[in-house]
Amino acid sequence: MENRLIEKLTILADAAKYDVSCSSSGGKRRNESKGLGNAEGMGICHSYTEDGRCVSLLKILLTNHCIYDCAYCVTRRSNDVKRAAFTVQEVVDLTINFYRRNYIEGLFLSSGIFKNADYTMERLVRVAKKLRQEHRFNGYIHLKTIPGASEELIKEAGLYADRLSVNIELPSEMSLQQLAPEKNYKEVLEPMGNIKQQLVQAKEEKKLFKSAPSFAPAGQSTQLIVGASAENDHQILQLSSQLYKDYSLKRVYYSGYVPISSDNRLPIITEPPIIRENRIYQADWLMRFYGFEAGEIVDEQHPHLDLDIDPKLGWALRHRHAFPVEVNTADYELILRVPGIGVKSAQKIVSARRFTPLHFEHLRQMGVVLKRAKYFITCQTKSLQRQEYTSELIRRKILLGDGSVRSALLTQQLDLFKQVG
Amino acid sequence: MHFYTYDGTFEGLLTVVFEAFERKAWPTGIQQEHLAQPSMFGEHIAVVTDEEKAGRVWQGLQKKLSINAQQALYHTFLWEQPGSEQILFDYIKLVFSSRQSIEDNFAAPCVLQVQQAAKQVHREKHRMEAFVRFQKTTDGLYFAVISPDFNVLPLIVRHFEKRYADQRWAIYDTSRRFGAYYDLKQVSLISLELPPHQRHTSLAAEAKDAEEDVYQQLWQVYFDNVNIPERRNPKLHLRHIPRRYWKYLSEKQPRQLRQA
Repeated sequence: MENRLIEKLTILADAAKYDVSCSSSGGKRRNESKGLGNAEGMGICHSYTEDGRCVSLLKILLTNHCIYDCAYCVTRRSNDVKRAAFTVQEVVDLTINFYRRNYIEGLFLSSGIFKNADYTMERLVRVAKKLRQEHRFNGYIHLKTIPGASEELIKEAGLYADRLSVNIELPSEMSLQQLAPEKNYKEVLEPMGNIKQQLVQAKEEKKLFKSAPSFAPAGQSTQLIVGASAENDHQILQLSSQLYKDYSLKRVYYSGYVPISSDNRLPIITEPPIIRENRIYQADWLMRFYGFEAGEIVDEQHPHLDLDIDPKLGWALRHRHAFPVEVNTADYELILRVPGIGVKSAQKIVSARRFTPLHFEHLRQMGVVLKRAKYFITCQTKSLQRQEYTSELIRRKILLGDGSVRSALLTQQLDLFKQVG
Repeated sequence: MHFYTYDGTFEGLLTVVFEAFERKAWPTGIQQEHLAQPSMFGEHIAVVTDEEKAGRVWQGLQKKLSINAQQALYHTFLWEQPGSEQILFDYIKLVFSSRQSIEDNFAAPCVLQVQQAAKQVHREKHRMEAFVRFQKTTDGLYFAVISPDFNVLPLIVRHFEKRYADQRWAIYDTSRRFGAYYDLKQVSLISLELPPHQRHTSLAAEAKDAEEDVYQQLWQVYFDNVNIPERRNPKLHLRHIPRRYWKYLSEKQPRQLRQA
């Protein structure tokens, strides 16, 4: 029995690994009745895979049997892979026993679609229900919402899960039709809208009655694949910006396409577009934490993110007229836009300058990366630069380092070029 | 020049602060008794911990500092690095000599240092919360050993108490030789002598629950299969789990031979 379980776990963990969501926070589910588990605080990454991604949840498929044939997916019907399915009890036992040993924060359960959407969704809900009710489990549960599942089932899922997600899969309807002819945006956006409505409603009810049942307290997220279809970064960021606004998503995850299929509808690549994925995440962060609009990061004239430099530096180099920023007087929002100053150091600057005028040494100690920031700031009207540089020159200096000393950044860049190959 | 020694407790250090203020004799050095090096010059003051004096200093700090800043002070104490006592003293002196709150004055060296030390301790605390791996024993106890860079066991107890309210567990710090034991009602501090060979490896076979090896193996299988080899990135991997933490992690131990 043990070996059978090992085989199932091998197959169904392997098939789930392309889902990149790993968040386990925001649930605020407290352990109140001396049950098992507590998800009130921030999420914890219990381990990291050799590709550097965080492992915080037991991320598995209930089954990899699937009636759909999406070109980008390993689990597609026409792919010749070993198939397996967990029983509800097996998933529950694995989750509980991993959790008790402090391996995981909880469960991320997705599934291939067998028979039909509702049949599959019903199984996923049953696992979550069993964990919560029979095992008094207060750890984190993320359930994938199967496109096309009924409203009632989604509602029930939200009662037990901390987070729900429906994957939008590809950055445009056209690509989705090409690569996943059995799916469409409507089937994805409908449950997404539905979840949003339930979230709003649950919040309202909670205001009126403290005991009102909560619905997916960690909100909803989605994922799309980058590099499997032709959309540019402008289109991708417009889409995610719109998703954040229209569906109040907590996160949009981007997954660089890993070549897993020789289907002729897919581009032929040898390596996943890791750098591009990274730049898109940086842009996503700029939208969520730095007050940038999607249109400021890329636009129709410049639809691609610069792969060599991060999008914030890119913006600063295109908008030299906004700089230099005087750190002792400038607004927080403007300080946030300086390359080399992150959210934490911007906050420190704004609080420390109430006590004393800041020097460059203060900034360095607070963690500001002066190597980048120095081209864009002044401290008490003093600059670290003796002359004006053009944007092109700043870009080169930051990339290649000052003088003849080869900076660590250069080596890192060369590493990256090697990866792009 | 005034050299203070104390017994190594937080209360002891607060008593040093009290004595220094009372004598107006600002310390040139503060050290734990058993680590102190005799000096030929200056005055040597051996401070005896006094709960009442320590309490007065702490109450004074509570009046002037936010909870976060109080916590940062305690974290800096648990940091246990050379010079941390002096940093704490400088910070406390600055607090008492200023009218307005100084906790955001990152331009003052001691404020920034306390913030940075507290951050390091907090990080280690967070890592221990992540990297503790319990093993189930035959009598149903979940047991783990750690040896953190800083003294964070007192800080992580609450987290595990809340999370594992329905199982008995114990965590033992092998480098500081004390542990915490939860008996389903409360946590108490324990000390036990572990033989050196047992410090980081797994429990002795006869002490392990029958299913323990199965779940350790399943966890290894899971860990190996969520990896995407096409995205291999050893540098990033090491940045997240530096080698010194591997000893705790069952997924980083040699793979058990699988019977066909």
